[in-house]
Amino acid sequence: MAGKTINIKLKIWRQAGENKPGKFESYEVNDVSVDMSFLEMLDVLNENELKKGNDPIHFDHDCREGICGMCSLYINGKPHGPKHGITTCQLHMRTFNDGETIVVEPWRASAFPVLKDLVVDRTSFDRIMQAGGYVTVSTGGVPDANEIAIPKTVADEAMDAAQCIGCGACVAACKNASAMLFTSAKVSQLALLPQGGAERKRRALAMVEQHDAEGFGACTNTGACEAVCPKEISITHIARLNREFTRASFSGNETDYQN
Amino acid sequence: MSWQKSLSSTIGRKIMMSLSGILLILFLAGHVSGNMTLLMGKADAFNMYAHFMSTNPLVQVVANVFKLFFLAHIVYAIILTAQNKKARGGQAYKVTNKDGSQVSKYMGVLGSVIAVFLVVHLAQYWAVMHELRGEISTTTIDGVEMKDLYSVVAVSYANPMIVAAYVISMFVLAFHLWHGFASAFQTLGLNNKRYTPIIAFLGKAYSIIVPVLFGAIPVVMFLNS
Repeated sequence: MAGKTINIKLKIWRQAGENKPGKFESYEVNDVSVDMSFLEMLDVLNENELKKGNDPIHFDHDCREGICGMCSLYINGKPHGPKHGITTCQLHMRTFNDGETIVVEPWRASAFPVLKDLVVDRTSFDRIMQAGGYVTVSTGGVPDANEIAIPKTVADEAMDAAQCIGCGACVAACKNASAMLFTSAKVSQLALLPQGGAERKRRALAMVEQHDAEGFGACTNTGACEAVCPKEISITHIARLNREFTRASFSGNETDYQN
Repeated sequence: MSWQKSLSSTIGRKIMMSLSGILLILFLAGHVSGNMTLLMGKADAFNMYAHFMSTNPLVQVVANVFKLFFLAHIVYAIILTAQNKKARGGQAYKVTNKDGSQVSKYMGVLGSVIAVFLVVHLAQYWAVMHELRGEISTTTIDGVEMKDLYSVVAVSYANPMIVAAYVISMFVLAFHLWHGFASAFQTLGLNNKRYTPIIAFLGKAYSIIVPVLFGAIPVVMFLNS
């Protein structure tokens, strides 16, 4: 194993806990294999820190293959780093130059409070999902696969929206910390399909209401979210959410029968 | 959720911004068409137009409705900006994100400049026309006595500083429209593979043509003064 290695400097946000003051600390990592992922590089740094008896840098991660949505990190001013359409765990050290200083920050938004160092609380997304990001199913026998005809193009569009892994990069990049890309992807994936269509109005209203209650901002259509989304989800889904929401707000719907 | 509650949601507020914005875009088209009479070489054409606009009862009603759209656009902008600032949180990023449309990130700043321009603009002509400020002479066209607003405009556009201020303001308006026109349709959910390219093209054309026509008026009148 005599692959290429680089030496890098890091400026990493350290914060002892929620609502505690934080600051940037400088680190150096030498002989980093360019084939390492960014998270593996942080693992090496943490091993060095542990050997020195220091508190390791806390960061979120899980599957390390770009599908779980746990990794975050705002690297050099961009969620998930400088590359397009990937998560931080899929970012390799060959992207960086020898001697480069890399600034690593947590997602910053009122609705994503920092828990420790680079770890933020993203349960606000879970609560948006709980508000309506599901289909009410009457359990019974398994239906036939092709019982309901869905055009391929429509299924593809729904699948594009369903690719959202809920990482929060859209919120992190947005100047308004708006979670409209996330919410719209979740509304879209169901609204496009017949199974999700039945509850579309209640869903759009409830998810937007929860989005607002969590303290996310409004959408200015800057397009920063779709530019950084690791799953390349388009803001056309935000337009669909707006349509769904407007239609649900100004027409009769299933919420009228409540109470 | 009731529709009243929907209107105070983030999307509801953005819809109010976009609807008032689209109506103000229409206002600009009407305003610039009327003002083209300033370039017809004769004072009478513009004075007759100004007389019609300030005396026709239907125009009065429409004008008052447009005042509401201006107010709504400004009030919702202030509410949304405060809300968005709160959502972003107290701690700024050390390195900021450069993705997305750049002009869209300065809509509030551009809008504020336009609001200041609006106040000056109203004080300069609207207040004089309504005899709240300064002096205005009268002229008689076809036996009808009317206020000579043309002379007020001509005098102000003989001042190169005022001309420069107007031209700069129109650049600001152009940038505001550059994002605002197409963005208004996206907010209303009108995003479609067939129509969005047309809306985007119209938005860019509009955001160049209208400010250029507006900006040409003081420049041409200054050169002729």
